[in-house]
Amino acid sequence: MKCAEFLTELTNYLDGVLDEKTKVELENHLSWCHNCYVVCDTTKKTIEIYRDSQLYELPEDLRSRLRSAIMTKCQQQKKRGPQSV
Amino acid sequence: MGAIQNKVAGPVSEELTLVQAAKRGDDSAFEELVRRYDRNVFRIAQHITQNREDAEDVVQEAFLKAYGNLAQFQEQSKFYTWLVRIAVNEALMKLRRRKPERTVSLDEDIKTEDDSLPREIADWSPNPEQQYTQAELREILSKTIQGLPPGFRTVFVLRDVEGLSTEETAAALELSVPAVKSRLLRARLQLRERLGRYFQRRESSKDAEAKNGESKGDVTSGDGNP
Repeated sequence: MKCAEFLTELTNYLDGVLDEKTKVELENHLSWCHNCYVVCDTTKKTIEIYRDSQLYELPEDLRSRLRSAIMTKCQQQKKRGPQSV
Repeated sequence: MGAIQNKVAGPVSEELTLVQAAKRGDDSAFEELVRRYDRNVFRIAQHITQNREDAEDVVQEAFLKAYGNLAQFQEQSKFYTWLVRIAVNEALMKLRRRKPERTVSLDEDIKTEDDSLPREIADWSPNPEQQYTQAELREILSKTIQGLPPGFRTVFVLRDVEGLSTEETAAALELSVPAVKSRLLRARLQLRERLGRYFQRRESSKDAEAKNGESKGDVTSGDGNP
């Protein structure tokens, strides 16, 4: 496997959906190609950092305010009868 | 690598039961759907709009639209995927209004040649996120993802932050599976490269420290042996 091929398979590899043969080839490539190893490892870290970051969590007070606003508007909409929003 | 965790709570069958009850006019069932997905919709909306007020509006508008159009929901896909589709559209509309000078579309022509090969291949320090406080880290992550085109960051957020499958992401964004995969790869690589500026192993500063140490040593020995 060459570096360019590694790159095209990287997303499938990280998502765990590579067939066994390609996976073995890719891991063999990673065992000797330091650059690709670093790209693979830091891309994985990138995903994990974002996934675990709790970026843009909705605070509970705002959450309940939004929910009651939504439900009030839904009920108003219901009273007006079916129409496009 | 472990499977990406899905951030959506509750089994699909429960979701369907709630949707069917809401369709029959049970507002408490709809409210339960709001409770179930409001945090996800808010996160997606803020990632796309990069604006807190816009994200709040998107949450309200998306649920209101879902409520008004519930009868049209065919139940062939998951309610959540359908809701995400509505929310993404609302969020993109907000973004267009805010940045009318730029065309904002998921279908925008994104260059697909050459730009995917990583240029910087410096390794990161171990546990790079621990070099920063939570607040600093959030700032870095937020700033970094803002730099991606909306089409890239939307795919990244749905796939990697919210944990939708490739097929669900494709359905929610009305893109093909190969298009989702290609954007996801580019988004991941671009974020990786941009984060590298903050997380790189600091070989040079270590060298500097070592040099400082030596010179300090000289000074100390000088002081110690007048």
